[in-house]
Amino acid sequence: MMSWLDFFRARKPEAPPSANQAKERLQIVLAHERIGRTREDFLPRLQQELVAVVARYVAIDPGKVAVNLDRGGDMSTLAIEIELPGPKTEQPPRAAAGQQQQATAG
Amino acid sequence: MAQVIVVTSGKGGVGKTTTSAAFATGLAQRGKKTVVIDFDVGLRNLDLIMGVERRVVFDIVNVIQGEARLSQALIRDKRVDTLSILPASQTRDKDALTREGVGQIIEELSADHDYILCDSPAGIEKGALLALYFADQAVIVTNPEVSSVRDSDRILGVLQSKSKRAEEKRDKVKEHLLVTRYDPERVTRGEMLKLEDVQEILAIPLLGVVPESESVLRASNTGTPVILDQESNAGQAYKDAVSRFLGESVPHRFLEPERKAGLFRRLFGGRAA
Ligand SMILES: Nc1ncnc2c1ncn2[C@@H]1O[C@H](COP(=O)(O)OP(=O)(O)OP(=O)(O)O)[C@@H](O)[C@H]1O
Ligand SMILES: [Mg+2]
Repeated sequence: MMSWLDFFRARKPEAPPSANQAKERLQIVLAHERIGRTREDFLPRLQQELVAVVARYVAIDPGKVAVNLDRGGDMSTLAIEIELPGPKTEQPPRAAAGQQQQATAG
Repeated sequence: MAQVIVVTSGKGGVGKTTTSAAFATGLAQRGKKTVVIDFDVGLRNLDLIMGVERRVVFDIVNVIQGEARLSQALIRDKRVDTLSILPASQTRDKDALTREGVGQIIEELSADHDYILCDSPAGIEKGALLALYFADQAVIVTNPEVSSVRDSDRILGVLQSKSKRAEEKRDKVKEHLLVTRYDPERVTRGEMLKLEDVQEILAIPLLGVVPESESVLRASNTGTPVILDQESNAGQAYKDAVSRFLGESVPHRFLEPERKAGLFRRLFGGRAA
């Protein structure tokens, strides 16, 4: 049974307060956007150049390049996953997947 | 020489026009000769909010294109005699505005006004850029919500790089934060960004906080700037903001939930104001 006091306590227990998340997310995204205003954000270019370097050594399928950028407060992570084609005779191309290149930028 | 004030936000629908109408009326009520210009060419609305829509003959584009004189296009407010309105065009597009044309209008108005308010359209394109170009001061209208705060930050960057003052490397445009549609009850429940958070993130001086209020819709229904409704908390908050703008120190109000109303609503399940 619900006492009348419960009525005054947590009225919507299913919805956790979200304002703090709003603040944290804003602080991070704005820190990055403010930098971008004075000098260009280098991460997109870094990504392009890294892929270009790899392409000089192996023929890569542009459709098989996965890029993940995570802009954080103290540190950002740029993870580039490039699928390198394997030797055709020994294994099917798919099996060679998963070789990774990682670059971290602050 | 008049002070040029742009009311801007980046994001749409946050309360720029409501604020421009209230603020211009408030300044005029304090005896300042004030003109408020609608820069939202193609989507004019300030005329409705000011209640002068039936008196519009010429607009800012007519003046720029030499089809009417400035004095013919200005509409004198019937409630406050130190106030006039320069409407936007409804039929042309934003390209009809030119920097030279706007510059000439502002120069001409400058001679016999204390304040020129520019109600900016949303966005950061031509209309918004022109509205802020000539500004000496800026009122940044922000809702306590992530996209609004982000866009305010963006528009602050634009003010610091693309305004005339920035281009001429003069003293920077004076910035004022106006947080509107603030709902203290939702803030208390942790559902809405707190005033302190918005202030901390944007880091510009706070001019005022206007609560979310039913009176704003009522004011727009009747074409009466909400500042003329001094019964309403929004009207009083705008009046306080005008006083602060004029250098008075007025404490902020309406930052806490109204206790009685809160309990009443909890017990009887009414809707938030
Ligand atoms: N303090 C408030 N309380 C409740 N409603 C408000 C408040 N301020 C503004 N509104 C409402 O928000 C809506 C948008 O307001 P307004 O037209 O002033 O915004 P705007 O920033 O000028 O929009 P746009 O970017 O389209 O020009 C209107 O319906 C208005 O009534
Ligand atoms: Mg508007």
